[in-house]
Amino acid sequence: MFEYYLSLLLKAVFIENMALVFFLGMCTFIAISKKIETAIGLGVAVIVVQVITVPVNNLIFAYLLADGALAWAGMPDVDLSFLGYLSYIAVIAAIVQIMEMFLDKYVPSLYNALGVFLPLITVNCAILGASLFMVNRDYNFGESVVYGVGAGVGWALAIVTLAGIREKLKYSDVPDGLRGLGITFITVGLMSLGFMSFGGISL
Amino acid sequence: MSEANSDKKPEKKYDKDSIKNVVVVAMSLCFVCAIIVSTAAVQLKPQRIANKELDRNKNILIAAGLYAKGVTSDSQIDKLFEQFTIKVVDLQEKKLLSDAEVAAAGIDIKRYDQRKAAKDPSLSIDLEKSRDIASISRRARYSVAYLLEQNGTVDRIVLPVHGYGLWSTLYGFIALEGDANTVAGITFYEQQETAGLGGEVDNPKWKGLWAGKEIYADGKVVFEVIKGSVDPASAKAIHQVDGLSGASITSRGVQNLITFWLGDDGFGPVLKQLQG
Amino acid sequence: MSSQLKEVVWGPVFTNNPIGLQILGICSALAVTTQMSVALVMCVALTLVTAFSNFFISLIRNQIPSSIRIIVQMTIIASLVIVVDQILGAVAYDTSKQLTVFVGLIITNCIVMGRAEAFAMANPPVISFMDGIGNGLGYSIVLMLVATIRELIGSGSLMGVELLPLVTNGGWYVPTGLMLLPPSAFFIIGLLIWALRSWKTEQVEEADYVIGGHTALSRAA
Repeated sequence: MFEYYLSLLLKAVFIENMALVFFLGMCTFIAISKKIETAIGLGVAVIVVQVITVPVNNLIFAYLLADGALAWAGMPDVDLSFLGYLSYIAVIAAIVQIMEMFLDKYVPSLYNALGVFLPLITVNCAILGASLFMVNRDYNFGESVVYGVGAGVGWALAIVTLAGIREKLKYSDVPDGLRGLGITFITVGLMSLGFMSFGGISL
Repeated sequence: MSEANSDKKPEKKYDKDSIKNVVVVAMSLCFVCAIIVSTAAVQLKPQRIANKELDRNKNILIAAGLYAKGVTSDSQIDKLFEQFTIKVVDLQEKKLLSDAEVAAAGIDIKRYDQRKAAKDPSLSIDLEKSRDIASISRRARYSVAYLLEQNGTVDRIVLPVHGYGLWSTLYGFIALEGDANTVAGITFYEQQETAGLGGEVDNPKWKGLWAGKEIYADGKVVFEVIKGSVDPASAKAIHQVDGLSGASITSRGVQNLITFWLGDDGFGPVLKQLQG
Repeated sequence: MSSQLKEVVWGPVFTNNPIGLQILGICSALAVTTQMSVALVMCVALTLVTAFSNFFISLIRNQIPSSIRIIVQMTIIASLVIVVDQILGAVAYDTSKQLTVFVGLIITNCIVMGRAEAFAMANPPVISFMDGIGNGLGYSIVLMLVATIRELIGSGSLMGVELLPLVTNGGWYVPTGLMLLPPSAFFIIGLLIWALRSWKTEQVEEADYVIGGHTALSRAA
C-alpha cells in the first residue's frame, strides 16, 4: 500500500503537475513569480491550503454529496453531487478565511509571512482544480490526503523554479515585444517540456 | 468599486451594510440560487443518466463490431444493446454467476460500479506485484460481462478491461467471438495518453487491426502488441498486432492489460469454461 | 448609447483583449485547446457565464453588502456554472466528458470574477451583460486561435474535419505531436503576445535592466 501512495504522490508532483501540465493557477503563477522569496511564501501557502481542502472536500463529497452518500441519514436515494462546485468553493473560501484568523491569533510570525498570499489563494484555480480532480478520479480519503500534498508540492515546486529562472532572466537582453510576459510563457513552456520527461515513471 | 457605489447610496432608504440587510441578502440569494440550481439538476438528471448509459452501451457495441456507421439515433443503440444479456463474473470463484447467485451476492447489475468496488476491501483483493501485470493494484471480485447469444449459442463476449499506460489508466472493452479466443474488436472509452502518440489507441484504423486475432495458444495468453509491424508470414502473426508508433509504453500497457484480464487472474478461467 | 455598447462589446475583443493585456483567465483556457470543437464549447460556456453573472450581479449591485460582496458574487457564478454543467451533460455529453473538470474551473476563472468586481458592481444590468459578452468573446478569440493552430498542426484537422491527410490514414502529413502536448500551448501564447506587442508597441513592458552598449576596447583598457 505504501508503494501505491508513493507513486500517487510522485505522479501528482511531477507527472500531473498542476501548473505545468494542467495550466492551473496560471494567474498567480505568472504574476507572483518574479522573486524567489515571494514565490516560496505563496508556494507554502498553497501546499498548506491544498493539504487541508482536498481531504475536507473529500469527506464532504463522500458523506454528503455523492449518490447515496446520505444513507447514514436515512436517505439512500438522494444524489446531491450537482451541488459539488458550490460546496467546494465555499469550503475553500471558508478554510482560507479560518486559516487567516487562526494564524493571525496563534502563529503571528507565520501569518506575517503568508498573510498577504492567503486571500489570493481562494481564487487560485489550482486549489479548486485539485478538489475537482479528486472527485473526478474517485479518490478515497487516504488517497485524497496524499493527492493534496502532491498537488500542492508540485505547484510550489513549479513556481519556485520559475521564480529562480526569472530572477536570472531579467538581466537578459530580450526582444522588446517578448520582454516580461512573452518570455515568461516561453520559459514555462520549456519547463513543461522538461517535466514531460517524468512521464512513464512507475514504481 | 465602493466609490462607484457610494454616489448611489443616498437614493436608497436603507443602509445596505446593516446586519439586517446582510442577513436578508444572504438568505434570499441562497434561496433563489438553490431553486435555480436544483430545478436544473432535477430536470436534467434523467437525461444525464440516459446519456451515460447510452455512452457505455455505444462503446460495448463498438467493441463488439456491431456499431455500424449508420447507427446514429439513440433508439437504434438501445435496440442493438438489448440483444446483450448482462452477466456477472465472480473472478475469485472463477465462474459466471446465475441470476440467483447475483442476487445472493447483493449486486444490483444496473448500479454495480466496478471502480468503486475495486477500492472496497470487502469486494476486492490487493494484487501482489508479481500478479499485478496491468498495474491496477486492486481488482474487484465481481465484474460484469456482456454476452450476445444467438440461437442458444454465445456469439459475442464483451468484457470490460483496464490497465495503466503511460500517463493514465486506460478503460475499455474487448469483444471476443463465440469461441472465446478470436478477437472481434476492442475499444478504449477513457484514456489520457499522449494525444497523437499513445492517444492513437482510439484510432479506428489501429483498432481495426485487432479483429480476427487470437488470444490463446495451448491455454495460455500469447497475444502481443509488438514494436513495429507484424510480419504476415510469421507463424505468430495471428497472435500479434502492430504497436503504436512512438508510444511503446502505451503499447506495452495495452498488451499487459490484455494479458492480465484474459489471464488466470482475470476472465481466463471463465472463458475456458465457455470454450468447453 | 449604441456606440458605447459597441465599445463595450468590441473593446475587449481587439484593443483590450483580456489575455493579451490583463493576463486573466488563462488558467482553464489552455488545457482544452487541443481540439477546436471542445474549445468552442468551453468558449460558449464561459461567455454565457460571464454575461449572465455580470447581469445578475449588476441587477442586485445596490443591495449587495460590501462585507459579503465576494461570496455573493461567487455564489451567483458557481450557481450559473452548475446550471451550464448540467445542461452540457444533458445535451452535449461527449464534449462534457472531454471538458471534465474544466467547466467547473470557470468558477475561479479570473475573467468572470474580474468583470463582476470591476464592471458589474458599478454599471447597470444591460451594459454589464454586454461587457460580459465582449470579454467572453475576447477570451474566445484567443482560445480559438490557439486551438486552431494546435489542431491543424497537431492532428491535421479543423473541427474534426481532416484537412491534411495523415500518414496513419494513408496520407502525406506527419502530424507534429508536440502541438498536442501542454508545452505547445505556452509557446503559442508567448509568441502571440510577442506578435500582439510588436503590433501595439505601447504594451511593451519596461526593461528592469538596460544592457549597456559595447565599450570600445581602447576605453575599456
